[in-house]
Amino acid sequence: MTKEPLSFQDLILTLHHYWSQQGCVILQPYDVEVGAGTLHPATVLRALGKKPWKAAYVQPSRRPVDGRYGENPNRLQHYYQYQVILKPNPDTLQELYLGSLKAIGLDTALHDIRFVEDDWENPTVGAWGLGWEVWCDGMEVTQYTYFQGVGGIEVDVVSGELTYGLERLAMYLQNVDNVYDLKFNNDGVKYGDVFKEQERQFSAFNFEASDVATLKRQFEDMERNVLRILNTENSLGYKLVLPAYDHVLKASHLFNLMDARGAIAVAERQSYIGRIRDLCKACALEWAAQEEAR
Amino acid sequence: MAQLLIELFSEEIPARMQLQAARDFERLFGDRARAQGLTWDSLKAYVGPRRLALHVEGLPLEQAAVTEEVKGPKDGAPEQAMAGFLRKVGLTQDQLVLENGVWMARIEKPAKSTAEVLPGILEDVILTFPWPKSMRSGTSSFRWVRPLKRILFLFDGQVIPLSIGGITSGDLTQGHRVLSSGEAFAVKDFADYQQKLRDHFVILDHIERQSLILDKANEACAAAGCALMDDHGLLEEVAGLNEWPTPLLGDMDPKFLSLPPEVIKTSMRTHQKYFAVRDLSTGKMAAKFVIVANQVASDGGAEIRRGNAKVLSARLSDGVFFWSEDNRKGNFDAWLQKLNGVTFHARLGTMAQRVARIEALAQVIAPLVKADVSLATQAAHLAKADLASYMVGEFPELQGVMGGYYAEAARLPGDVAEAIREHYKPQGPSDSVPEGAVSAAVALADKIDTLVGFFAIDEKPTGSKDPYALRRAALGILRILRQHNVRASLSELVAAWYQSLLIYAGEGRAVYVDTDNWRGSAGPRWAEGETEVYDNYLRDFRAGLLESPVFVIPTDRDYDLDLQFEHVANTPKVDNALLTFRDFRAVSAEFADFFADRLKVMLKDEGVRFDVVEAGFAVRDDDMVRTVARIRALESVLASPAGTGLQAAYTRVANILNAEAKKGALPTAEPKLLSGAPEVETALTQQVIALTPVVERLIDAEQFEEALGKLAGLRGAVDAFLDGVLVNSDVVAERENRLSLLSALRRLFDGVGDLSKLA
Repeated sequence: MTKEPLSFQDLILTLHHYWSQQGCVILQPYDVEVGAGTLHPATVLRALGKKPWKAAYVQPSRRPVDGRYGENPNRLQHYYQYQVILKPNPDTLQELYLGSLKAIGLDTALHDIRFVEDDWENPTVGAWGLGWEVWCDGMEVTQYTYFQGVGGIEVDVVSGELTYGLERLAMYLQNVDNVYDLKFNNDGVKYGDVFKEQERQFSAFNFEASDVATLKRQFEDMERNVLRILNTENSLGYKLVLPAYDHVLKASHLFNLMDARGAIAVAERQSYIGRIRDLCKACALEWAAQEEAR
Repeated sequence: MAQLLIELFSEEIPARMQLQAARDFERLFGDRARAQGLTWDSLKAYVGPRRLALHVEGLPLEQAAVTEEVKGPKDGAPEQAMAGFLRKVGLTQDQLVLENGVWMARIEKPAKSTAEVLPGILEDVILTFPWPKSMRSGTSSFRWVRPLKRILFLFDGQVIPLSIGGITSGDLTQGHRVLSSGEAFAVKDFADYQQKLRDHFVILDHIERQSLILDKANEACAAAGCALMDDHGLLEEVAGLNEWPTPLLGDMDPKFLSLPPEVIKTSMRTHQKYFAVRDLSTGKMAAKFVIVANQVASDGGAEIRRGNAKVLSARLSDGVFFWSEDNRKGNFDAWLQKLNGVTFHARLGTMAQRVARIEALAQVIAPLVKADVSLATQAAHLAKADLASYMVGEFPELQGVMGGYYAEAARLPGDVAEAIREHYKPQGPSDSVPEGAVSAAVALADKIDTLVGFFAIDEKPTGSKDPYALRRAALGILRILRQHNVRASLSELVAAWYQSLLIYAGEGRAVYVDTDNWRGSAGPRWAEGETEVYDNYLRDFRAGLLESPVFVIPTDRDYDLDLQFEHVANTPKVDNALLTFRDFRAVSAEFADFFADRLKVMLKDEGVRFDVVEAGFAVRDDDMVRTVARIRALESVLASPAGTGLQAAYTRVANILNAEAKKGALPTAEPKLLSGAPEVETALTQQVIALTPVVERLIDAEQFEEALGKLAGLRGAVDAFLDGVLVNSDVVAERENRLSLLSALRRLFDGVGDLSKLA
């Protein structure tokens, strides 16, 4: 690489700029804790129905079990995904994607870019699709998916979804071995300066200090509330699916927190995932119906 | 004669689907073209990451006239049916032909030009293509494995028009995504296509890519004093990930060589699709690896090597972490504890319960394979522990292998470590049978548990469905029985499994049986070993496990054994059972049939005559080793000169007995030496009386060939007897005794097989 590699924030800004030029709405992160960028309503819900939609955004992803107290160079309980959704997927999506790699300074003449089969699915939101992991010199840098179903429903129009692992990509571009050594900006701030303490405290919280009984109660509250919200009559005259979906996301995060505490027995796991999926499906069906009517 | 070239150009096709797709393309196209009256000299499909192509040579310019046969009504069917049929086919009745009572219409279709029929054929192939998974793209309802981009469709130098999934056929294709300009280019014919692809950095032929990878990888290895570790599956996969394969030799941090080679190889293979490399001077794994890039990088591949080495380091660092965590002291106990929380099958219970059954089985089986009982039991106890280890969690295919390493590290006896490592063997026809006695005992116990367990919950293989690979397990059992000369009846092994069900007794659980004479259960305290039960009660209960379905039921009482002997006519249904296992007797019978079928297949594969196998099986001996010996002896005697005599003697005896049996029951008395009997009768009777104990002894001693030899030696006496006397004598006593003699003779034959099955 001849040019100075992009800092972490410039990587985000470059992707924003690139996808903005492709007509995407550039959104800000969703303000509810989620385990993956896909769960943002801008992807999960907007993938339903027939209306075209193009969006890109950064989404913090919370994976409580992956916390390593800031000691592991590759694993974080909080990291960033860059998420792009194009609905319907354009014919040239692969070329657009490769263009984004060039934009962030990956020279395709120097590197080995490969599309390796990986059929993505997210059982908690009943979503599935066909696609690839994109490898750059053997490292997975992006999950590339053609959505076939969301919320357990087959989609009307297929969306193309790109999920870039930002830290991983930045580590590759900057050639650093430890995520905390990433250049965050061009003014001497490192990723560790911003996030190391957060990783420590949240790792300790996730594994030691969270209260399982509270989490369980809150999970059940959220679960109950999803259906209650959907069934509550209101002045709009139709179901409040967006607030209901927020509660599904909260339930999902509470499940992840309980999981990190080792509070979910192997046998219970499927049942919890099934409960979240059912709630998600109820929201997805309602959203699809509302979209149809709008 | 003309050439056809088709290319279906798409986004990246999963590597694992490519070779099957090529075969499917050939088959589907061939079938449809043949049905259209087309013929050809050669037809071959090609496949790569972004294209599926077909090259056909020697197609006619015009199809042969096709005669279509349409089945009409039966002769004598109502007139309306005939009228309807004639309308449908557009013929009159005198143009129909009556065949086997059915009116057939033969419709001659005039020959069309090949160019005219090709679009329909290809469209049909595309729309019915059997991808394991396919997808829609954008707003289209068209399905393909990944978005389809172009259709190249050339016949005899001309583009054949076809429009499908929003794509119109043409003569254009594209080269390598990065190395070529990416611009589409036109081709004239197959040779031009293949050459231009090569000019645009695409090697069309999968096989050529495979050999290129091997050659270049070996070349790179040889230069560094190394050799590639063969991995055909990986080679096929990698050839499906590259259009312009470029093997590069990368360096691995040597510190990772402290990991077991299986771990390094599996990590390279499954995560990264790298080949492992052996150091030629030491024969051991080298600190190197081969990446197959799809790229000729402008820096000679330095960046690619660097990047891949870095990813591998991260992967193997995880491996080092797993390895050191897994080798902590006391891990086996912790893992076994974890298996309590792992479900093996909803209707069979947990993995820990499976371990307990295997352990109980190994204890019974060990003496049969001449293995040390305590070592076999210990190995069985530990064999599945590694399923709870980090490493096996990451790489399930290393089950057993890792357990073996961890057992060595824990300084367990060598036989135990080996048995843990080898107890999954043989995993298929090309895998070997465990050599050691302890390994063989655990391997048998493992497979018998799988097989009887699924039979007991009625999950038997049906047709092509065998989700638990039970046929493979049965073949494995047969191979171990034969190689280790294990003398056991199958029902004995099934019985051992049913006896092992006592392991389900435990906290809150009892094992319940309901026989004709009593019902009862073994309760929680029994499991604790705190029993004060009389031996004969325990014996009864164990016997009862074989005389009733077995239920695992919940209980809140604390007791050891509870038997109720009063016969209850209307025994209550066990409706609260946690687990239910079918009656031993039914399972055992099905098991015997299942094994007989597997063994028959096995022997036929080994080239034994079908009729000889059937003759040997008619004895219904459930000792598989003895059954094989009997069949082999029969095979060998039949192939020798004595075989003719044997078969001739048997056939004459059997023919008469069968004819006489039609008149009434055959006598069952032993033949006697009657005074005044013809000399030939006395001679045969004496020989049969003298030979009977000899042949029986030989059969008992499993000297089947010798027994058969003795029987073959009777031919002369049999012929003399049957030529010299009339069996069906008017004197009742004479007739009875002669039939008794022949029956006794046939019983001797039957000890080695039912020779009437012989062709």
